[in-house]
Amino acid sequence: MRFAASEEVLRGVNCRFAAGEITSLIGPSGCGKTTLLRALAGLQLPTSGQIAIDPPARASRGEIAFVFQQPTLLPWRTALENVMLALQLCDSAVPQAETRQRAEAELAAMELPAAAFGRFPRELSGGMRMRVSLARAMVTRPSVLLLDEPFAALDDLSRSALGDLLLRRWEARPFTAVLVTHNIAEAALLSHRVLILRAGRIGATIVDDLPRPRTESVRTSADFGRLYRQISAALREEIAE
Amino acid sequence: MMTRRSKLLAWIPTGLLAVVAVAVWQAIVTVYALPPILLPSPLAVLDAAWETREELTRGAVVTGGAAVAGFLLSLVVGTGVAALMSQSRMLRLALYPYVILLQTVPIVAIAPLLVIWSGYTFRTVVLVTLIISLFPIINSVAAGLLAIPQDRLDLFRLYGASRLQTLWRLRIPTAVGHLVIGAKTSSGLAVIGAIVAEFFVGNGGANYSGLGTLMTGWQTLGRTAPLMAALCISTLIGVIMFATVDLISRSLLRRWTQHD
Repeated sequence: MRFAASEEVLRGVNCRFAAGEITSLIGPSGCGKTTLLRALAGLQLPTSGQIAIDPPARASRGEIAFVFQQPTLLPWRTALENVMLALQLCDSAVPQAETRQRAEAELAAMELPAAAFGRFPRELSGGMRMRVSLARAMVTRPSVLLLDEPFAALDDLSRSALGDLLLRRWEARPFTAVLVTHNIAEAALLSHRVLILRAGRIGATIVDDLPRPRTESVRTSADFGRLYRQISAALREEIAE
Repeated sequence: MMTRRSKLLAWIPTGLLAVVAVAVWQAIVTVYALPPILLPSPLAVLDAAWETREELTRGAVVTGGAAVAGFLLSLVVGTGVAALMSQSRMLRLALYPYVILLQTVPIVAIAPLLVIWSGYTFRTVVLVTLIISLFPIINSVAAGLLAIPQDRLDLFRLYGASRLQTLWRLRIPTAVGHLVIGAKTSSGLAVIGAIVAEFFVGNGGANYSGLGTLMTGWQTLGRTAPLMAALCISTLIGVIMFATVDLISRSLLRRWTQHD
């Protein structure tokens, strides 16, 4: 896959994201993680090769959702209205009252205080904005969720809280997720599978078979530490090659 | 956030400067003993304003009406043209040179032509006002409609938003802040357009009594004091129009103009 009249970004990428699993893409900056994610979303077309989603899912029906690195909220809409936007664009047939009800339920599920529903993005903290962004992605009940370093700009506490929230949402209704991250601990905690990308190709694949839910005992177990070191070593190896 | 008290205090330097300017004006008139036809004193201008209050009031209503009508038309036409330009590169390429013409055409030269075509009428004054206030609206709204952050466009693309949905729910709300900036510039230009047009419309001897017409008449008669009073009132109309746009942007349009 190339950008027009530019260098090749991805080549020979042949991978399968299992349904109902969370897969992390990890690798150095510029290795093509975001490009791969955007290609999966249909935001960028590959110059060759193909992407198949089975069973078929379409972003325009809200079956594929994308969480950007920045919350990408519309500043003139309140938190609630930003979440409603996804339903308004995907399915204008949904009555306004139902749109509102679903958006409120999703924001509540993202643990945003009800008092913040009517606030504008400028009146929310970074963590709250990202909760709204996640709620907007989840409100259409997607079968595929694509996340492009969604927690990168957050402090450790917010990052951890949102990671937990994502896991709880997945446990309640499993969906296929592809997460781009630079954070090894995040990849180890959230994913079933970690793909390591380097210079436009997939290097190692690490299967994370630690038990779920990720309770405190799982997170502090020796196995979790071993998984962390395994991902870290594979990443170092790929970079060194 | 400024309190009411600090907002009032912020006007003190402006008020002081006005007082100083009027004092200097009065001093120049007194020290140099200037004849009133050259430069009347501030008090003489006030006197003249009172004496001609009926004509000035009628003139202000006519000129203000033309300026507001032309300005409102420029908002509608300008936003429409900018919306068209935002929809296709071809349209943008085709229209933009003509939009620049609006800015470069000398309005003083085109006004007599418009008088020939449209007559010594209120409509001609509105047309001139429209032409002079159109460019800032088109330019700023088009910039706003096109300056959409890529991730927001991606979001709309992802959800399969139609061209109309993207225009209505993304491009237009983004452009409101730009529209306000253009409207502030145009509000002042609208008054200039109206006055300039009235210079020509008034020459026809038609029954038209805008401030520009009054100013031409008083200039011919050498009545500088009421002329200056008319000038002050036309400036005041511009200030009121600017302040109204500002007030609307801070109240009705606040949601779209105050993001940070």
